[in-house]
Amino acid sequence: MVNPVHPAPVHRCGVHGVPEIIINKVVMKELDIWYGKIHALKSLNMNIFKNEILGIIGPANSGKTSFLRQLNRLNDLELNYKAIGEVLLDDKDIQSINPEVLRRRVGMIFALPQVLPISIYDNIAYGPRMHGTKDRKRLDAIVEETLNASFLWDEVKDRLLESATKLSGGQQQRLCISRTLALDPEIILFDEPCSGLDPISTAKVEESMLKLKEKCTIVLVTNNTKQAARVSDRTAFFLMGELIEIDTTEKIFTAPSDKRTEGYILGKFG
Amino acid sequence: MKLRKIIEFIIEKLIFLCGVASILFVILIFAFLLKEGISFFKEVSFGKFIGGRYWYPISEPPQFGILPLILGSLLVTLGAIIVSVPLSIAAAFYISEVAPIKMKDILKAGIEMLAAIPSVVLGFIGMVTLVPWIKKAFHLPTGLTAFSGSIMLGLMAMPTIISISEDAINAVPKSYKEGALALGATRWQAMYRVVIHAAMPGIIAATMLGIGRVIGETMAVMMITGNAAVIPHTFLQPVRTLTATIAAEMGETVHGSMHYYSLFAIGIILFVITFIINFTADIFLHRNRK
Ligand SMILES: Nc1ncnc2c1ncn2[C@@H]1O[C@H](COP(=O)(O)OP(=O)(O)OP(=O)(O)O)[C@@H](O)[C@H]1O
Ligand SMILES: [Mg+2]
Repeated sequence: MVNPVHPAPVHRCGVHGVPEIIINKVVMKELDIWYGKIHALKSLNMNIFKNEILGIIGPANSGKTSFLRQLNRLNDLELNYKAIGEVLLDDKDIQSINPEVLRRRVGMIFALPQVLPISIYDNIAYGPRMHGTKDRKRLDAIVEETLNASFLWDEVKDRLLESATKLSGGQQQRLCISRTLALDPEIILFDEPCSGLDPISTAKVEESMLKLKEKCTIVLVTNNTKQAARVSDRTAFFLMGELIEIDTTEKIFTAPSDKRTEGYILGKFG
Repeated sequence: MKLRKIIEFIIEKLIFLCGVASILFVILIFAFLLKEGISFFKEVSFGKFIGGRYWYPISEPPQFGILPLILGSLLVTLGAIIVSVPLSIAAAFYISEVAPIKMKDILKAGIEMLAAIPSVVLGFIGMVTLVPWIKKAFHLPTGLTAFSGSIMLGLMAMPTIISISEDAINAVPKSYKEGALALGATRWQAMYRVVIHAAMPGIIAATMLGIGRVIGETMAVMMITGNAAVIPHTFLQPVRTLTATIAAEMGETVHGSMHYYSLFAIGIILFVITFIINFTADIFLHRNRK
């Protein structure tokens, strides 16, 4: 799909790591979401580039989580939810993709780590096993590989069979990242992944995101504008269900074109 | 001012009394049981009582073996568990995870109604419907069997097991399920691998409480299990339970006789069994809350 603002594919120098060749991974067209009477997202048009880290910032209730949950169709679980408009993943409407298949391709990390009350190993093997990988050697390899990717391997390699709930919050969050990676997703959605973490754990999570974007596309919702500035290639600012502005992170943080973006970044509301 | 203080003092003490009353009653009951039961064990050894195969309390010489009664109780209870537990757990899952809201309300009301049916009514209904049916279906000399008792008791245990299991399932954080779904689990997989797993302690506790209810039940079993104090070999045989024995014989004993004391001794055994069951259930419930 070709977006009028960002023609694709196009060659461009990597600003802040924006990918060299821009390919639209996700395209949203006139997307509206309601929960009952609450209009959570309003005629949203935007693209997500392949292999970028897209930061999403905005005050509470601006629709950031609703946006993420639309991408993996978790919104489908809500009772009074309704959506119109299109979300295209690799040019294909996600409504035409089986939700279980879609959610393997589009992984999600929640604000509160969602480890299961089983062992570290089983947490990671959970997804692959569910989808038919039974071979022990293959699973061992996946566990090691994904724990390495989240920089957790060294800390837990000697206690893989212990319950995951014994890990610290930061370790649990990185375990969740490993668990999502075990399914080899194309896109990973992070919903305020560091809101409960200390600075060192936060740094480790951010480090793994930077490494992951070589393989995946990342959408990072964060309450911490500094985090968006640190890791994202582009940043989008949401306010009350509307996309106010989306641009390179540098532009958003140095010369935003909308007064409201500037106000939010300077801490005037939210 | 002073009056107010006195009133407060009185209220405080009253509330305290009400609070300890429940414990007090339990202790009193147990003390009474012990006092009456102990004199029995002076005459008959504990091993002979528990392990004895014959219950002939009024023949000469009398035999006080409650093994057939214990086995009768256990058999009926086991049958009731087999009947009620899978059904109840499935029902609890249906209600909390699958049923649309309207259906949920209807089912919950139905389960409350089931819990409200007096056991004597259930026993009566079992006697005139289930018992003849079992007699015919299995070509038995009598339909008054352990199996009939198990079915009726299973029905009685279901409301307890369903409602407590449902609470346990609802208490599983929504995020567990979403976490599983976000990994591409189907609704069924999320339920099966994550929700059941997390709700397990609560479900076990629910089952234990259901069992506690079944093992202490008297009226219905007395009416439909046939009351033959013999060691049972199959489900399709009349049995007699501990509870039915006490209920049936208490009226006919001579106060202060060995037979009279032996019924108190049965009461102690029953008390201990239910206490252990409830205690285990409690452990699981607390683990669940934590
Ligand atoms: N399941 C739901 N049912 C009803 N309303 C909802 C639901 N989820 C979100 N909303 C509403 O939609 C709006 C957007 O919520 P959303 O969670 O997307 O905001 P957010 O930007 O993620 O906020 P926060 O920064 O607090 O996480 C809010 O008004 C919220 O109350
Ligand atoms: Mg949110």
